[in-house]
Amino acid sequence: MNKIQVITSINHEEVEFLCEPQETLLDVLRDTLGRTGTKEGCATGDCGACSVLVDDRLVCSCLVLAAETGGREITTIEGIATEEGLHPIQQKFLDHAALQCGVCTPGLIIATKSLLDRHPDPDETTIRYWLAGNLCRCTGYDKIVRAVQDVARDLAGPA
Amino acid sequence: MSESIDYKLVGTSPVRPDGVDKVTGRAQYGADLNLPNQIHGKVLRSPHAHARIKRIDTSRATAMPGVYAVITGEDFPPPPEHGDVGGEAGGSIGDHARNIMARDKALYHGHAVAAVAARSLRIADEALAAIEVEYEVLEPVLDLDAAMAPGAPLLDENCFTKNLPEKSDKPSNIAEVMLLSRGDVDKGFEEADVIVEGEYRIPMAHQGYIEPHACIANTNEAGQSTVWCCTQAHFDFRAITAKVLNMNVADLKFIASEIGGGFGGKTVVYLEPLAVLLSRKARRPVKMKMTREEVFRATGPTSGTHCKIKVGAKKDGTLTAATAWMAYEAGAYAGAPMGPGALTVFVPYHLENFKVEGYEVLVNKPKVGAYRAPGAPQSMHAMESAIDDLARELNMDPLDLRLKNAAEEGTRASYGPKFPVIGLKECLRAAKAHPNYTRALPEGAGRGVAVGFWFNFGLQSSAEVHVNENGTVTVVEGNPDIGGSRASMCIMAAETLGVPYESVRTLIGDTESTGFSNSTGGSRTTFATGMAVVRACEDIIAQCRARAAVTWGIDEDQVLWVDGQAIPASGVNDELKPLSLADIAENAAKTGGPLLSRASLTAKGAGPSFSVNIADLQVDRDTGKIDVLAFTAIQDAGRAIHKAYVEGQLQGGAAQGLGWALNEEYIYNADGIMENAGFLDYRMPVASDLPMIDTQIVEVPNPRHPYGVRGVGETPIVAPLAAAANAVRDAIGIRIHDLPLSPPRVLAALDAAAD
Ligand code: FES
Ligand code: FES
Repeated sequence: MNKIQVITSINHEEVEFLCEPQETLLDVLRDTLGRTGTKEGCATGDCGACSVLVDDRLVCSCLVLAAETGGREITTIEGIATEEGLHPIQQKFLDHAALQCGVCTPGLIIATKSLLDRHPDPDETTIRYWLAGNLCRCTGYDKIVRAVQDVARDLAGPA
Repeated sequence: MSESIDYKLVGTSPVRPDGVDKVTGRAQYGADLNLPNQIHGKVLRSPHAHARIKRIDTSRATAMPGVYAVITGEDFPPPPEHGDVGGEAGGSIGDHARNIMARDKALYHGHAVAAVAARSLRIADEALAAIEVEYEVLEPVLDLDAAMAPGAPLLDENCFTKNLPEKSDKPSNIAEVMLLSRGDVDKGFEEADVIVEGEYRIPMAHQGYIEPHACIANTNEAGQSTVWCCTQAHFDFRAITAKVLNMNVADLKFIASEIGGGFGGKTVVYLEPLAVLLSRKARRPVKMKMTREEVFRATGPTSGTHCKIKVGAKKDGTLTAATAWMAYEAGAYAGAPMGPGALTVFVPYHLENFKVEGYEVLVNKPKVGAYRAPGAPQSMHAMESAIDDLARELNMDPLDLRLKNAAEEGTRASYGPKFPVIGLKECLRAAKAHPNYTRALPEGAGRGVAVGFWFNFGLQSSAEVHVNENGTVTVVEGNPDIGGSRASMCIMAAETLGVPYESVRTLIGDTESTGFSNSTGGSRTTFATGMAVVRACEDIIAQCRARAAVTWGIDEDQVLWVDGQAIPASGVNDELKPLSLADIAENAAKTGGPLLSRASLTAKGAGPSFSVNIADLQVDRDTGKIDVLAFTAIQDAGRAIHKAYVEGQLQGGAAQGLGWALNEEYIYNADGIMENAGFLDYRMPVASDLPMIDTQIVEVPNPRHPYGVRGVGETPIVAPLAAAANAVRDAIGIRIHDLPLSPPRVLAALDAAAD
């Protein structure tokens, strides 16, 4: 089968890959590029484990064709921490024990980033609806929501 | 409630040692490993719920370019005739072998009938399509009533009901019967002032772990194979794979990846023997992963059930008698958790007269697997609903009724032995005193309570402790960390040794690098493996005292270990400067070499764990939709080692139990094909479905564990089912007996009541 050449940017790094027309961004990230931090829970857009940002838009990478990502800016879990260390969202997830098995965590951290980029001071309902596309079977969401609230509080700074 | 002991670390909530890798995407789960030269395995699955396999022709698939291996049931040795799979997985090894790959019969839609390994997944799919299977389609048996009816089509002509009072010579779909009784039920019901009865049905439900099963097997020309997989039990997986393939255990090395949830479901072997065989044939590493649809169709959910309960009580609430009849779907092969269902149904109560009758029934659905407290949620849903009805009849507070009859230390448990010290009454009192129990409910909402229970298991565990040259400590054990257990091991090791939490790291060894441990299941890891870790640390302390004695030139019994350092016993040798673990480790070369220890045990004395849940639900009378307004999970943990992860178990179990109570179910069509095999239609709770889940950890320490641990993982899923059903009863004044309480069912009940 003829492969398609794609040049795009992942976590601010230019990346070039070849893919088949039906391959998803998730397949390419995980299998072609070895970025396995993005997880697959369903491949049908129902669990959010594969969440990434494409041009700052929260998407399920299992629903995006890799061939369509040329010239975009893609953010994956591998691009969230910086030289300075963990992103505050990552740190608060750890502090609040917001992960048990941790397989939903990359997707939830990406979704949280997308939420806080748009709504720096969300109320609980906003958090719960924004994260409703990300299944977690272990935690019951309580500690995840608290972690997100805590990040938001810190972002708001001292009152 | 809890005697106060001054622990430095036990009961705190430090950040887990494997945390950074899990929030940055570095941690490797089952599908995250790739090996050079690897190829991809896929499974051909039966399109019929019940069929005889007459012929399989793999020649076209085998000849396709890029296809390296094709296997069918014929490539396997005959299923072992003896031996059971231990732990909570259930069933005989022979049946597990047939479940892994069908031999002469396909017994459910999705049953594996062949597998291929090919250069790409696309070629593998094309090869599957090229395999020809000739089936003789048989009538499927799809529910308990049909399967138990006389003359029902048989799944297995050689299945004769076990444990019948009189041995049967007629084959049956009823695999096993269990009868339990005590006292005189007839007399008990005669003494009753009030009797309630109910009949309850619950369909199959799935564990719903987010990570699908995945593995990669690499087999060499000598037949030795290394298997990397997501599992709750890599040692058990090794044993089962060896038996299914008739291999020497020593030729199999299992490495547990990080695991993305299991809840019992990853104690069962599905893919690994296929990958080993394919890899042997192809002489290349073979990677296999299930799709979500395969997870639903072909891995073991928990049993659909049918329970009938009758309970009698005196006016003052004293229970006089109870009977239970229950049938559990086993799916395609025996191994349903009917036994634990029967043993737990009356477990919270002091009961002189009872009778339990349990049936385990084969149906053409996937072979059920363990799911968190296997069997108990279904039977206890029935009893706890009946107790709620009884409280209404008696006009008693439902917690008071339970307190009046609650089992305590010395009560003979309905499952046989006398209870050791347990925390049921403490949990009930905590619930009564909880502000959430008396808070005013909004208009139209209802409140329900229920009790949960799990035995908790001990089984075998091993641990090693290495002291590094700078006094830091490495703990090695063999239980995959499914919810923060590395952190708990670090806490117990650090507390025992008297060193900081940060100086201890725990790693999970593979089957060749550490001693045997049974599964991360049965709520046993913190209890049993924790016990092994504590013992190994105690051995390190003994060695440190000996090393200090050598250093100081005094007798060992003149050396004490206090707060992480060796000190001379008071009164003598007071001038000696205490030696820390780091001092002793740095000097180890001169005092006898590296410090290491190990402990292995069959842990006895697992402590039963009770819970009480309070659910506040609101029912929309127009749509039948239920909103969870508040939920309170109270549970006796014995002692919480890592507090936040214990809370997490309570919260996660509550969410799963609520999902099961309100929405989740396997829906089958008349041909036995599951109609909702995806997360969109198998509707698990999402963040916007739930409120915060309040927890209260009750601590009635288990005297048989060095820190009082009981085990907490499974009990939390038990009580939410009845708590939710009782809340709906409270909200709408109608008892809906069956689960899930999905909008159509609730609407139908409201409509029926309005007529
Ligand atoms: S894997 Fe993409 S939503 Fe589940
Ligand atoms: S922590 Fe396991 S699915 Fe979220």
